[in-house]
Amino acid sequence: MASLTRLYDVLVIGGGNAALCAAITAREAGASVLLIEWAPKAFRGGNTRHTRNLRAMHSEPTSVLTESYLEDEYWDDLKRVTGNNTNEELARITIRETEGSLPWLEERGVRFQPSLTGTLNLSRTNAFFLGGGKSLVNALFNHAERIGVAVLYDTEATDLIIDDGFVREVKIVNKGFPATVRAKAVVASSGGFQANIEWLKEYWGAPAENFLIRGTPYAKGRVLRSLLDQGVHQIGDPTQCHAVGIDARAPKFDGGIASRLDSVPFSVMLNQNGDRFYDEGEDVWPKRYAIWGRLIAQQPDQIGYSIVDSKAEKLFMPSVFPAYRADSIRELAGQLGLDPDKVEKTITAYNEAVQPGVFDSSKLDGCTTAGLTPPKTNWAQKIDTAPFLAYPLRPGITFTYLGVKVDDRARVLMANNEPTANLYASGEIMAGNILSKGYLAGFGMSIGTVFGRIAGREAARRVLN
Amino acid sequence: MSSINLIDLAEDNVRDEARRAMEVCNACRYCEGYCAVFPAMELRREFTDGDLDYLANLCHNCQGCFHSCQYAPPHPFGINVPKTFAELRLQTYADYAWPQPMAKFFDRNGTLVTLLTALCVASVIIALMLIQDPQVVFASHVGPGAFYKVIPWGVMTAFAGATFLFAILSLVMSFRNFWRASQRPASDIVRPRTLGQAMHDVLTLKYLGGGGHGCNDVSDHFSMRRRYYHHFTFYGFMLCFAATSVATIYDHVLGLQAPYGFFSLPVLLGTVGGIGLVIGPVGLIWIKIISDPAPLSKKMIGGDYALLMLLLLVSVTGLLLLGLRETGAMGILLAIHLGFVLAFFIAIPYSKMVHGLYRSAALIRYALERQEDSDAHAADQSKPKVKVA
Repeated sequence: MASLTRLYDVLVIGGGNAALCAAITAREAGASVLLIEWAPKAFRGGNTRHTRNLRAMHSEPTSVLTESYLEDEYWDDLKRVTGNNTNEELARITIRETEGSLPWLEERGVRFQPSLTGTLNLSRTNAFFLGGGKSLVNALFNHAERIGVAVLYDTEATDLIIDDGFVREVKIVNKGFPATVRAKAVVASSGGFQANIEWLKEYWGAPAENFLIRGTPYAKGRVLRSLLDQGVHQIGDPTQCHAVGIDARAPKFDGGIASRLDSVPFSVMLNQNGDRFYDEGEDVWPKRYAIWGRLIAQQPDQIGYSIVDSKAEKLFMPSVFPAYRADSIRELAGQLGLDPDKVEKTITAYNEAVQPGVFDSSKLDGCTTAGLTPPKTNWAQKIDTAPFLAYPLRPGITFTYLGVKVDDRARVLMANNEPTANLYASGEIMAGNILSKGYLAGFGMSIGTVFGRIAGREAARRVLN
Repeated sequence: MSSINLIDLAEDNVRDEARRAMEVCNACRYCEGYCAVFPAMELRREFTDGDLDYLANLCHNCQGCFHSCQYAPPHPFGINVPKTFAELRLQTYADYAWPQPMAKFFDRNGTLVTLLTALCVASVIIALMLIQDPQVVFASHVGPGAFYKVIPWGVMTAFAGATFLFAILSLVMSFRNFWRASQRPASDIVRPRTLGQAMHDVLTLKYLGGGGHGCNDVSDHFSMRRRYYHHFTFYGFMLCFAATSVATIYDHVLGLQAPYGFFSLPVLLGTVGGIGLVIGPVGLIWIKIISDPAPLSKKMIGGDYALLMLLLLVSVTGLLLLGLRETGAMGILLAIHLGFVLAFFIAIPYSKMVHGLYRSAALIRYALERQEDSDAHAADQSKPKVKVA
């Protein structure tokens, strides 16, 4: 049984993959471990609940990964997405350690499966969790409890009391009751602040009110705030977040993968004024979806409308919410609350600009517009075949990049780069050390697993010596 | 803006809920590795009532998708595929029942199967007491034809034959109704390759494997227990059926009358099968008792318990009869055993037994769809399926 009065060796704050990997590793090393998770049990697991794979280096085919994916290629992929803006030492540690992460997770009950349909491009690099991230969370919690990690749900860490680089105690709220817990070492695995709209507004202003948060509502950044306020070394651009275009009708939080919309490249995107604002066909969707959150965030009322006709309807994955559907563009505009004259004019101008070409949804087909600003440079087809369909999109925030600086032992560093005595970090709260911008599918889980294990190992080593 | 009709929402329509669930699942697809339901779902964008009936019966209720679902309650989407599909299966059992008035039997199936069982056992005992001399009933009988001294062979055969043949007729008609909803020709059923695949999936209970690791039978832990207990039940049942068939041949063809020796083929088959039919239902009942109730359907569970208990009582009384057949208890035990068997025969088309029928039909359809899809893909490699993390 978890106890608030006992002095544990290691306190792990958070309940996602990074927290669980830390707690399990520390416990297996012989430390007594308390893990506190803000969410109730049903929503445990942070953003890991919504993940589905882990990017893993491997030199030969594994049970679920094909061919090989070696360190240098992995490193090149990471350099490309971050624009070479990463910490090579920590990045290479992460990359190398992912090779052992797969069997480590499997030994602790996590089940993998070959790449899902439609994700063959990831079958070589990314190992998929059978049933997705929540399944992984279930397996790791089951394992953690079996080996004696004490777990408290509905328990929020509100403040860490740091004294000369040493965490004296942690203020918590357990089921609504404030309390203080003490531990010989603390691992902060409590995520970013993307679910804290007020904080987002500091950088984005009022538009942040219209952002949807794709993942857990419990990533408020309380621990991150507490640490930064006490002189911990900040890392990552605070104004940056990973923002994709998602269905505007998704719930405010936790909409997850199902709120994804893949219609954009085969559509025209209009803003609230009925104007186009960016080249919808610039590149294939997996390479472009992550810029559309920002593009839509810059539009009036932070909303965009993806318009297609019946020819395009089956070219993309089905949406969770039904499309708006009408027999004329005017009627469709009316349903969306847009000016029918304006929308009709924009669509007509677009249709007239579409050049002849051979449409092919499976590649950059060069079907383009002429004399249109902005142009549509691929998959430009006339929107002329009723019924016409529309999907509304809003920015969907996946995670923030702001974090705390760590060293290769996952020790949190103070502003003067001196390591703290007993504070470690893993997961999104320190991912900005390695991933300062952009994103590589499955890499968040790689950082969480690798640094979770390092943090757990180092925390246990400190308290057991 | 699309409006929401509150009256529609107020109606508790199980197919509407199943459709909503499939539309969420089809936009997520994380559960693709668990079973046949999700790959079958991915072949469609819209779901007719017939499609939903098919998908619901393809579901083996392994519950893996519930425990791994990021949209499970208390998430606002409140997705619970195993429970929704269990309720839809019950609805399909009623909708495809033959003759149609018997659909009502699925309304309170647990209660009705239990009442039917009590009625059958009581009726056989009462009839025996009224017709047969108590001296004969309570005497010990040995040697060929011993059972028939208590209950005449003709009576036994007439009741068993009539109820069993009617059950077969009813199942055939129900299967026909279900298959019609697929809008496929009956000839599709017997295509050797896909039928072979489907029978393999039926006989191995492949989709209680949860993608190779077993199912979430009682919680989010994985286990093969449910699959194995179902195997005990199914193969135990089949061995008992084989025992009866062999005994019929012994009697009619070879002229050998029951009871047969302990090491005769019918008794060996029946004993092994009977033991399986004790272990299996006891295990399945135990799992139902201890399992997480969240993904279970309360409407279904009464019928589940009633059938499992009935199977258990058939096997237990059969084994008791075998053990005590040379004593004076044989007569009354025979009546009780045959009462349970009679109830079972009558209940076959109107109890949870029909799950095997529709599940098999669904697996045949699934094998066909998969074959057609892979043929289509081989013909056209350029199918766009863009999906992002």
